[in-house]
Amino acid sequence: MQITRHRRGIVAGGALLFVLAAAAILAPVLVRHDPLEIAAGGGVTLERPTGAHPFGTDALGRDLLARVLWAGRVSLAVGVGVELLVALLGCVVGLVAGYYGGVVDGVLMRTTDVVMAFPSLVLAIGLIAVFERPGLDKVVLVLVALGWTTIARIVRGAVLSLKEREFVQAAQALGAGHRAIIVRHVLPNALGPLLVAATLGVGGNMIAEAGLSFLGLGAQSPTLSWGALLADGQTFLVSAPWVAIFPGVALLLAVLGVNLLGDGLRDLLDPRFQ
Amino acid sequence: MGGLATGPPSPPWRLGTPRQSRGAPRFLRQVPGELLRVVAGRVVAVVPVVFGITLLVFLLNAVALGDPARAAMGQRGDPDALARIRRDYALDRPLAAQYAAWMSRLARGDLGHSYHQQRPVTEIIVERAPATLRLALAATLISVVAGVAMGAIAARRPGALLDHAMMATAVLGISTPVFWLGMMLSLAFAVTLGWLPVSGYGDGDWRHLVLPALTLGALHTGSVARMTRGSLLEVLRQDYMTTARAKGLSEPLLLVKHALRNAAIPVVTVIGIGLADLLVGAPLTETVFAWPGLGRLLVASVGQRDLPVVMGAVLVFALVYVVANLLVDLAYLAIDPRTRADH
Repeated sequence: MQITRHRRGIVAGGALLFVLAAAAILAPVLVRHDPLEIAAGGGVTLERPTGAHPFGTDALGRDLLARVLWAGRVSLAVGVGVELLVALLGCVVGLVAGYYGGVVDGVLMRTTDVVMAFPSLVLAIGLIAVFERPGLDKVVLVLVALGWTTIARIVRGAVLSLKEREFVQAAQALGAGHRAIIVRHVLPNALGPLLVAATLGVGGNMIAEAGLSFLGLGAQSPTLSWGALLADGQTFLVSAPWVAIFPGVALLLAVLGVNLLGDGLRDLLDPRFQ
Repeated sequence: MGGLATGPPSPPWRLGTPRQSRGAPRFLRQVPGELLRVVAGRVVAVVPVVFGITLLVFLLNAVALGDPARAAMGQRGDPDALARIRRDYALDRPLAAQYAAWMSRLARGDLGHSYHQQRPVTEIIVERAPATLRLALAATLISVVAGVAMGAIAARRPGALLDHAMMATAVLGISTPVFWLGMMLSLAFAVTLGWLPVSGYGDGDWRHLVLPALTLGALHTGSVARMTRGSLLEVLRQDYMTTARAKGLSEPLLLVKHALRNAAIPVVTVIGIGLADLLVGAPLTETVFAWPGLGRLLVASVGQRDLPVVMGAVLVFALVYVVANLLVDLAYLAIDPRTRADH
């Protein structure tokens, strides 16, 4: 019964993400309007959802459906892209710390302690102040700079526990190099927890990017992202609530998909749940 | 009955075996003198982290691009004020000397002067802190009460419809971006129904607090619910629960007196972690509801590149977080009855 529950989460989460990603990628095919076109298709400003504009229009008469789909490209790409960089950086730090130990390990792990001692978004907001003007590229930089700690700890833990195991020592005795041991033995054994942490991390990145862009510290016009659209939504919440509703639903569904997928993977891969 | 209701259930015939499969950390079973040492050890362990935090916050200013002071004051900035900043931050001296100067002023509670408001940062922060504190306390209360209730209801019949409904709500809550939830609550209860004010502090009127607190609390309710359910299910499986049940205790009494208490440790952990959620959610929630707290101060100061205020606010957030985590650590010692049993 438990196995089916995990499967349900994985399938539902995966399907949700697939649909959202497909809609974002196929945006030019799915909607006729350009997301930046003012008064798209003769639309008026802040038009209620209609047949011509299923999600309505924004303050400049731009088609909201087009904007939500195009923004999805940015939001999803930032979520996944940041996590790939985070995973890479986290693996390197974790491997170096676990493999070499000693002072290197001490310095790297104390650094993760300090980075983790901050509430993440607060430090991210503070780091944005370092740059002369905010932007999506700075958001990516900041999220990568702050995101690697969890994965570094997971990989370091795996290295430490595997270092003493017979099959790794046997490989060493047989003359395998560091790189061969890391690639063939250490990383595959850390893959489960790594995958779960990275999946859940994608959701965290998307929420963080949306939050920063909502605060005006991320994507700047004309760059589209769900968070940036929601900043507009806040302005017109009373007169045109659809401007706030639709980008938010898209973001919610994407994060929900990631969380369902991540939870399902964790239950499936964690032996304690089987 | 009275005997059963006090203290942890520990039938004498089970004393020889571990009472919980999770197993208490060793320090929890130590004598009071050693307990004190454990507490002291925890406190001391925080010191290097605090130093690391100050270093990182200091670096925010040291690596800042452009000339934030000049940018904040404009090209015709008051030369005296600029000179004071150069002197305060020892900007013409090496990085290590700058850090030492900054730390020595920090030790005296001096966080420097705001570029924008031309007054001490400490003064501004002290002014803004009560609003955030009030919001955070209300949100914590909501998330703990709602989360524990949801988790307990779900754990009563695992696999039942109610369980699925509660856990689905929990996942949904965890996945909802806090600022969007705030906007939607505001849309429903303030704009459409007109029951509550849309935003603002309202001179401390409680009706202004309801929506921001619900928003910020909801962010964390899901995690509390999931953790409560998980640890309750583990406790309910224990033998002493079967024993208590066999003695004829009613289910609600069983749940409250025996199970919830033993499930409290993981829940306290989650409340501690939840503080991170609260602190992360504060800038967003405060922005949505125009709540005059530290979070909104931080966001506004980043927009104005008022770096002394940014540094001060980030520092306060981080220190609160570290101290809160330390308190959670120490709370284990207070909550777990096994520490008292060994005195």
